[in-house]
Amino acid sequence: MKTVIIDYGAGNLFSVRMALHRLGIQPVVSCDEREIRSADRVIFPGVGQASAAMERLKSHGLDRIIPALERPVLGICLGMQLMCAFTEEEDTCGLGVFPLQVEKIRGTEKVPHMGWNRISGLQSGLFEGLAESEWMYFVHSYCVPDNADAIARCDYHRPFAAALRRENFYGCQFHPEKSSRSGERILWNFIYGKLA
Amino acid sequence: MLAKRIIPCLDVRDGRTVKGVHFLDLRDAGDVVELATGYSEAGADELVFLDITASREKRQTMLEWVERVARVVTIPFTVGGGISSERDVEALLKKGADKISVNTSALADPGLIGRLAYSFGRQCVVVAVDASETAGAWEVYSHGGRQPAGRELYDWAREAEARGAGELLFTSMDHDGSRQGFACDALRRLSEQSAIPLIASGGAGSPADFYDAFTCGKADAALAAGIFHYGKTSIREVKQYLQEKGVTVRL
Repeated sequence: MKTVIIDYGAGNLFSVRMALHRLGIQPVVSCDEREIRSADRVIFPGVGQASAAMERLKSHGLDRIIPALERPVLGICLGMQLMCAFTEEEDTCGLGVFPLQVEKIRGTEKVPHMGWNRISGLQSGLFEGLAESEWMYFVHSYCVPDNADAIARCDYHRPFAAALRRENFYGCQFHPEKSSRSGERILWNFIYGKLA
Repeated sequence: MLAKRIIPCLDVRDGRTVKGVHFLDLRDAGDVVELATGYSEAGADELVFLDITASREKRQTMLEWVERVARVVTIPFTVGGGISSERDVEALLKKGADKISVNTSALADPGLIGRLAYSFGRQCVVVAVDASETAGAWEVYSHGGRQPAGRELYDWAREAEARGAGELLFTSMDHDGSRQGFACDALRRLSEQSAIPLIASGGAGSPADFYDAFTCGKADAALAAGIFHYGKTSIREVKQYLQEKGVTVRL
């Protein structure tokens, strides 16, 4: 199973790579179009600021390549947010894979939403073998409100989408690569599981 | 509900962990990767490492053990100790650290906080503050608690947050190593004045101390070393106690 981690200079790929190594997978880390298009699974990570990350995506032509992929793609954290149509973070337009808006976390709670929180309403093969209300590790200041593409939900001040799916595109707001064994199970499911 | 985090702290010297009591007497406590894995398996929510190596080879040994930890540990970890530039941070993040903490270097050059937040995102910038109280006034110390920094605690915490800190790690030097409980009054005031998460540090001696830090102290996370290192109390025991008392924890 050829797995490519998209490397566009945004954030920490080492953790994702190591998590895959622990599952016995040797991923290809690349921003090359041919590598990405020939992958069976594509992981699209991201940490940092949305507008800078989006600029880097564009400079590699990834804004055109990613939405055209036909194999399963998993966006993680900022990766998932950039797959949406628009984010309030510096009013940035995203890839539009999910026709959704990313909003600033508002309310009296502390921001970033940092730490372990439960995900529920699990609706995809991505979560095979996980208990409802499983703990995942989150670090984010923006979120996607609950919507029809949500396949998992979380609650911080108000409910938001912890994971999204539309056709072959998946996204999770939490960090599976930092979420202990349950997170590793999600990565395993994404690579080897029945995703339907 | 977001869980309150329990964070074991490991002081590292030459790739091995040590625990300082009252910032002085150092005792060897084991291999860094072994301890990190053990804590991760035992239910730690995150790990904090403070590299106290003083040698010239420090940078290189630090990158080595950070990578060794990142290969095996499945939970987030923060690295601190002598980090003073964007280059240091970039190297550590590339080796798999999730967050870095700055202390002395931020006091010497407060602009560093903003530059790190801009380059790497504020979520990975932890500002660590060591302070000691005299007659009701909290004075900040640098250089591992050895030098007064000429800053008042609440004022410095406010400035660090405004400059881009993503998290605040407050150690009461008066409570550190005492096992008599955290500095809850100061914690509460810090938590109430700030919109970023607060990690309590210094003084954990029993599960009840964590409860106090989260309730009276309004901390979002609590850090401890000695109580866990010598097997006196397990992370699970602390979490079970907290859960029975109605505090949300990841069990």
